Amino acid sequence: MKRTVANLERGERAIIKNVESDLVPLKLLEMGCLPGNEVQLLQVAPFNDPMYLDINGCHLAIRKETAAFIEIEEIA
Amino acid sequence: MSKQLNVALIGNPNTGKTSVFNALTGLNQKVGNYPGITVEKKEGVCKLPRGVKAHILDLPGTYSLNASSLDENVVIELLLNKNDKDYPDVAVVVSDVENLKRNLLLFTQIKDLNIPTILVINMADRMSRKGISLDIPLLEKEFKTKIALISTRKNTGINELKELIISYKRIDTTPCLNTSEIDTDYFNGLRKAFPNQSLYKLWLVITQDVNFKNIDRKAIADATQFQTKSKSYLKRLQQKETIKRYQFINNALKKGQKIDLSSATDLRIKLDRILTHKVWGYFIFFAILLLIFQAIFDWSSVPQDWIEGTFASLSELTKNSLPAGAFTSLIAEGIIPGLSGIFIFIPQIAFLFLFISVLEESGYMSRVVFLLDRGMRRFGLSGKSVVPLISGTACAIPAIMATRNIESWKERLITILVTPFTTCSARLPVYAIIIALVIPDDRYLGLNAQALTLMMLYLIGFAAAIISAYILDRTLKIKSRSYFVIEMPSYKLPMFKNVAINVIEKTKSFVFGAGKIILAISIILWVLASVGINDSFKNADEIVTSAISQNGFNEIQEISFQNKITRFKNHLKEEAEIDQKELTTQEINAAVLQKTPEFKQAVIDDAVAASKLENSALGTVGKVIEPVIKPLGYDWKIGIALVSSFAAREVFIGTLATIYSVGSEGDDEEGNTITAKMQSEVHARSGKKVFTFATGISLLLFYAFAMQCMSTLAIVKKETNSWKWPILQLVTMSGIAYLASLIAYQFIK
Repeated sequence: MKRTVANLERGERAIIKNVESDLVPLKLLEMGCLPGNEVQLLQVAPFNDPMYLDINGCHLAIRKETAAFIEIEEIA
Repeated sequence: MSKQLNVALIGNPNTGKTSVFNALTGLNQKVGNYPGITVEKKEGVCKLPRGVKAHILDLPGTYSLNASSLDENVVIELLLNKNDKDYPDVAVVVSDVENLKRNLLLFTQIKDLNIPTILVINMADRMSRKGISLDIPLLEKEFKTKIALISTRKNTGINELKELIISYKRIDTTPCLNTSEIDTDYFNGLRKAFPNQSLYKLWLVITQDVNFKNIDRKAIADATQFQTKSKSYLKRLQQKETIKRYQFINNALKKGQKIDLSSATDLRIKLDRILTHKVWGYFIFFAILLLIFQAIFDWSSVPQDWIEGTFASLSELTKNSLPAGAFTSLIAEGIIPGLSGIFIFIPQIAFLFLFISVLEESGYMSRVVFLLDRGMRRFGLSGKSVVPLISGTACAIPAIMATRNIESWKERLITILVTPFTTCSARLPVYAIIIALVIPDDRYLGLNAQALTLMMLYLIGFAAAIISAYILDRTLKIKSRSYFVIEMPSYKLPMFKNVAINVIEKTKSFVFGAGKIILAISIILWVLASVGINDSFKNADEIVTSAISQNGFNEIQEISFQNKITRFKNHLKEEAEIDQKELTTQEINAAVLQKTPEFKQAVIDDAVAASKLENSALGTVGKVIEPVIKPLGYDWKIGIALVSSFAAREVFIGTLATIYSVGSEGDDEEGNTITAKMQSEVHARSGKKVFTFATGISLLLFYAFAMQCMSTLAIVKKETNSWKWPILQLVTMSGIAYLASLIAYQFIK
């Protein structure tokens, strides 16, 4: 099964593998959400939504539905 | 005079761009709007060394030149239009040392426009704490620019920045990287079609949804017809471009930036563990809300009492030093109380803006957005709607402007539509005076009944906003993707200077904005109340005098006459007590007898004035609307105040003050304050009090729901770009107000 940021556990780190660039806002890409960068889930609000992430050193929050468009792989 | 240097400050949000602006310009700044749109335009003048002056423009914060909001459009429109009078001679990109990588994305984009660009690295004071060290000369070479390492908090590096600005001509203007490599064929085609234009500019024009005055978009579309690309292809190209820029930045930073993580302490993560916690996060947020309300309603009362006293004595002074007459009473009893009704809210407004700017400056507001997003979404709002809803308690205008960063159009529209329900500060003067009139100053369960009523009104406002958002969410058929990205900036201690400037600016614009309206409306009302067309107005003097001489005083006039005598007697007794003299009943009666003609004349004058007012142009208008508002428990005078406060709610009191002062000629001791006047106001026919409990509650509810603010309607029109939404707001909100007041009055009475 494809793992996405939406599946991350709190505190878990991963590497971004692919971003559905048509479905996520460009702003997210510009903040560093790009393939190859590291992502960590820092905090979640109740019901795991929205998600507070550290992407490539940039701290930001996105909704779960957007997080599902960011595919991840384990850190090698 | 030599030509002024145009400097544009550009940068990501949360980089301290405004602090740099404040450091460069001091209080030498002005805030306005860009023509035609409501984006705030901040400009100022900076004195550079060797007598050069620079015009500094603080552009809205943006993450990149790919605009996704009105604010960001302003930035690219300016940077692409060489003929704009504000087109910068030099661009200053402000970055934050902790987020250098992300901030540099925007820098490389601006550099590609061939504008001389200085890089400011702000918050240098945090470097050692974060274990960051920078090789400035190497970075300057990599990015082909000059770098100013500054700290606005410690006030270092500002002079170096000024030196760099003045010698901007020495800055290399070649781009950092070659964008066209992302699709060589496509860009070669562009180059052939437009040999004279910069490639990156063309690329921006193609990809942005912005109106460009000087570059003909259509021409580009036509010329590139041979290889028009689909939107999603362009978006993939933009992604490629972004990746390419990051590769370049990463390579450069690898050489010029060292981060020693072992010496870095991240306060942010530690604090966020508590502040964004599933339980504690909410607990803390509500505690902060409580503190804000405490400050607004409790702490402000001290300066408020002082302001009220000052205005009361000012009014007294005017009355005593100017010749008696209608004009003096307009000033003393119409305009001064009207202005007092505005000035008295300065402490509350200042407190509110103080808290809001501290919450925003510290970075806490983003956490609130994070905490409340899911809950707000159930009502069709976004977490980002929290900021407008909270700032709406100060004023709906900045609140509606603050909706701009809500990505989804539907969520943004709903936020705009419901924000005016929140209890803004303009409602406070009306609430305060009516509550003081009709709610007893008693305690229930240890709580003050008046304070409780006020709190209820705030809750009603919030409930109305949330419920109507829910209904709108289910009725509005708008498809829009729910994008939501919010940066969680590092926590910072708010800088005193920034907060102070913000509070002063906002308070000033509230006072002057409202003050102008009140002045204008008071004068218009006064003129309308002093002119009449029909004979009853012109001959009011004779009609009233002859009626009284034939039939004697009617019931109400008699009461007023007896009141005057009673007050005079009491006055005599008091004086006698002070002088320690005994007064016999005979002596008192003699004095009263002597004064009687004077009292009679005063009652007649009052009756003439009241009759004149009723038959004036204003009275005629009032009589026309009276049938509509009578079921709500209002008389025609309240009706006039209601209508005039559709311009702005706070006008209500000034209007009543003006009407009541025109309507009575005598200056009784009881009639000094507007509250006392409202207290003693009676219905002309029945002689019953006008401001009863039922009327009071009905008025409070009317003001809680009705859309009575032209400025808000204007801003909604601008922000939604259509008359449809403000009209919908006006009709629906006022309709709800009418119904609620009607039901309340009919039940209570």
